[in-house]
Amino acid sequence: MPAPVIEATGLTKRYGDFTAVDGIDFAIQPGEAFGFLGPNGAGKSTTMRMIAATSTRTSGDLSVLGFDPADHGPEIRAQLGIVPQADQLDEELRVIDNLIIYGRYFGLPVPYVKRRAEELLEFAQLTEKRRSRVDGLSGGMKRRLTIARGLINSPKAMLLDEPTTGLDPQARHVLWDRLFRLKEEGTTLVLTTHYMDEAEQLCDRLVVVDKGTIVAEGSPSSLIRQYSTREVLEVRFGSAHNEAASQAIEGIGSRVEVLPDRVLVYADDGEAAMSAVHERGLRPITSLVRRSSLEDVFLRLTGRSLIE
Amino acid sequence: MSTLEQPVADVGGVDHALIASRARGWGWWFVAEHRIRAMRSYVASWIAISVGSPFLFLLGLGLGLGLLVDANQGAQGVDGVPYLVFIAPALSMATAMQTAAQENTYGVFGGFKWFPMFFAMNGTPISAAHIVVGFQVSVLVRVLLPLVAFSLVMVVFGIGSPLGALLLLPIGLLLAAAVGFAVMAWVSTQTEDRGQLSFVERFVVVPLTLFSGTYFPLETLPAFLHWIGWISPLWHAAELGRGALYGAELAPVMVLVHVGYLVLLAGLTCWLSIRTFRRRLDK
Amino acid sequence: MTGQRATQLHATELLEAPAPTVRGPLRGIYAGNTRSVVVRGLQVMARTNWVVVLTGFFEPVFYLLSMGAGLGALIGTVEFYGVDVEYAAYIAPALMAVSAMNGAVYDSTMNVFFKMNFAKLYQQMLSTSLGPLDVALGEILLALFRGLLYACGFMVVTTLMGLNLSWTAVLAIPAALIVAFGFASFGMAITSYMKTFQHLDYVFFLMMPMFLLSATFFPIEVYPQGFQWVIQAMPLWHGVDMIRQLTTGLIQPSILMHLLYFAVMIVLGLWFTTARLRALFLR
Ligand SMILES: Nc1ncnc2c1ncn2[C@@H]1O[C@H](COP(=O)(O)OP(=O)(O)OP(=O)(O)O)[C@@H](O)[C@H]1O
Ligand SMILES: [Mg+2]
Repeated sequence: MPAPVIEATGLTKRYGDFTAVDGIDFAIQPGEAFGFLGPNGAGKSTTMRMIAATSTRTSGDLSVLGFDPADHGPEIRAQLGIVPQADQLDEELRVIDNLIIYGRYFGLPVPYVKRRAEELLEFAQLTEKRRSRVDGLSGGMKRRLTIARGLINSPKAMLLDEPTTGLDPQARHVLWDRLFRLKEEGTTLVLTTHYMDEAEQLCDRLVVVDKGTIVAEGSPSSLIRQYSTREVLEVRFGSAHNEAASQAIEGIGSRVEVLPDRVLVYADDGEAAMSAVHERGLRPITSLVRRSSLEDVFLRLTGRSLIE
Repeated sequence: MSTLEQPVADVGGVDHALIASRARGWGWWFVAEHRIRAMRSYVASWIAISVGSPFLFLLGLGLGLGLLVDANQGAQGVDGVPYLVFIAPALSMATAMQTAAQENTYGVFGGFKWFPMFFAMNGTPISAAHIVVGFQVSVLVRVLLPLVAFSLVMVVFGIGSPLGALLLLPIGLLLAAAVGFAVMAWVSTQTEDRGQLSFVERFVVVPLTLFSGTYFPLETLPAFLHWIGWISPLWHAAELGRGALYGAELAPVMVLVHVGYLVLLAGLTCWLSIRTFRRRLDK
Repeated sequence: MTGQRATQLHATELLEAPAPTVRGPLRGIYAGNTRSVVVRGLQVMARTNWVVVLTGFFEPVFYLLSMGAGLGALIGTVEFYGVDVEYAAYIAPALMAVSAMNGAVYDSTMNVFFKMNFAKLYQQMLSTSLGPLDVALGEILLALFRGLLYACGFMVVTTLMGLNLSWTAVLAIPAALIVAFGFASFGMAITSYMKTFQHLDYVFFLMMPMFLLSATFFPIEVYPQGFQWVIQAMPLWHGVDMIRQLTTGLIQPSILMHLLYFAVMIVLGLWFTTARLRALFLR
């Protein structure tokens, strides 16, 4: 097996008394698409910043592209493409200059950067906005510009912090496609997300993080197999009655979860579970059978839903 | 405003009709209170600065320059009083002007842009006029700090008459309102920060402080520059302040002119600010 | 971002970013590419900020015109190293030193704080192979460049007004840069301790007394001996006295002490800033 691109053991970040990342271990292989899935405040962005050497770790070991981020920040970042969670664009520069100046920060030759910037503009479908000011772009356009900018140094690995947040469904799919191609060409992708579909579409492997610790690890399908059933029955009885109804449902399927707005019944055969519910004389307002997703994995592992 | 016109129902025990009618009368106070609460975290540094500045300006600059000026002009050389007494009221007024201008520059621009508090307030039954007036009230509270500190130092160190020092408070507040609304009227029309906000300090506060008879009588400057003093709210307030503090010669009609100018400026620019706020919040 | 477009990405040969080659203790915080930070700053200055940069030149000129004409008429001349100097010629070099200080402090505290916390500019720079020292040095160089522009502009004004009494006055330009460098090198280290905008108030609270009392507008001999020592410990006094010796031509041996003071300040400041870079940029 080749050496991992990024490897962490006991990686920890504390802000004062608060532990944002609490001793996590992971190893990301070359060419892999690796995801961090977790709710708000889990420590995903903090981990990404430590990988990029823009945040100093408190303890633990971390190696990125063979370097220690503690004293090789510039060497590491020369080979990384970073897409931060919040678009950080240079509001004082025009769209095209955002790409050109960014390329110069990498010490790339000016003629090359100029040519590459034009290509990336086209890639981000912002050619018409070439000379606009950044604050005049829509949220989605800013996101595309940020992602295009992260590619200017032809990175070996991309760090994508919630890459598709704020994009419309169509733009998301196009971006997924583009990231997929990058991956095919051998670029390692590291991404954080709280979208299950994104994680399922893009990640070969992912870790589920909660409160700074890793609670599970595996491929999306293996996690679903391990922590959930094949199907899920969702029934709603109205917010006041879900609790009582769940008592009556107990025993159907392998597990029952009560959420404020609905009851989830985990069963390999959802339709059968639905019949069983009706047999017990219960009349849900709505009911729905669906396949298990990472959301269910997360609920199982933490007792909370991912998107609160 | 449209939410106010709609009939309000009594949902979940909250009397929306009462809230709306109360906001109509007292909205400005809610705004001021909100700002004053938000300002509490700044209070320590403000008190330090407010207490420090009269010492610095009066006992540092005023005394130091006073030695030079009085050595050259005699102890009654400037407007019939020692130099320190001459500049004391003007320095107090200049501080009031500067504080009001600064608060209105960054507070108003920030309220629209950096921490869009005005839009949030506008989402409640509070109207543009309430925001404008309430904001200014909170600025006046803020300006009162250095004004009181200046007057106290004057009383304690026997600069001018104690009653006059007390009179500087209302004059300073009037000046702060006039300058505050004027700055607000302009800043609220600015939608993007290209650094032009610093113009308030560079082209209004500093030149007005320097050219409207703060550090020396207006007449000392060449005649073609006197107009700066006449349009400067600071000059009008400083003239009133000098009359109050050491009985500088001031015709009754001039008192009217000075007060009238400040009141008019405050009223007009307050009206302009409300108009701009209403337009900007309604989108 | 269509598939067909995506393939065009490979129309040209792709280049990877060159690996930084800095060795030794600066490895990890310095990539040897300060130039790109300066280029970015100059481009923004030329395209977007030039009005703001240009107008910054006026403040010391306003002070010079107002105080020189107005106070000059009241004060006459001031003694400097045994020679009577016209008041305007006395304050002009001081204003030059003050403007060097103000510009440098503003650029290295307020501006850095803003770019850090609001514009997030440094986070962008540090997403590339740049290190924090590249960013810090770039900002200091930009501040010095701006200081150079102001110093030259001010020199032209004072020369036209006949306030430079000796040819040594041209040396005031490099001297002003030295003053600016001293303050800028410290400013960024101080900014690394700041968490909120209120902390900036304290910086300006320190600068105000330095501005008013460091022999800017009157000689420090008006103060008791103990207080004089305090002022002489402050950097601005050294800057003022140094530049004043140069513009008046009354050069004293003490100018070497002033230079030494700034040399030490620059070295300490750069060391301090470098030590605080991680705290400032890599939180
Ligand atoms: N600079 C900082 N100072 C103090 N606390 C911080 C800092 N940055 C992050 N934190 C805290 O660390 C925790 C983890 O934050 P982080 O941004 O890594 O979460 P996240 O998983 O990316 O969440 P989200 O999904 O909301 O982006 C949060 O509780 C946050 O408040
Ligand atoms: Mg995050």
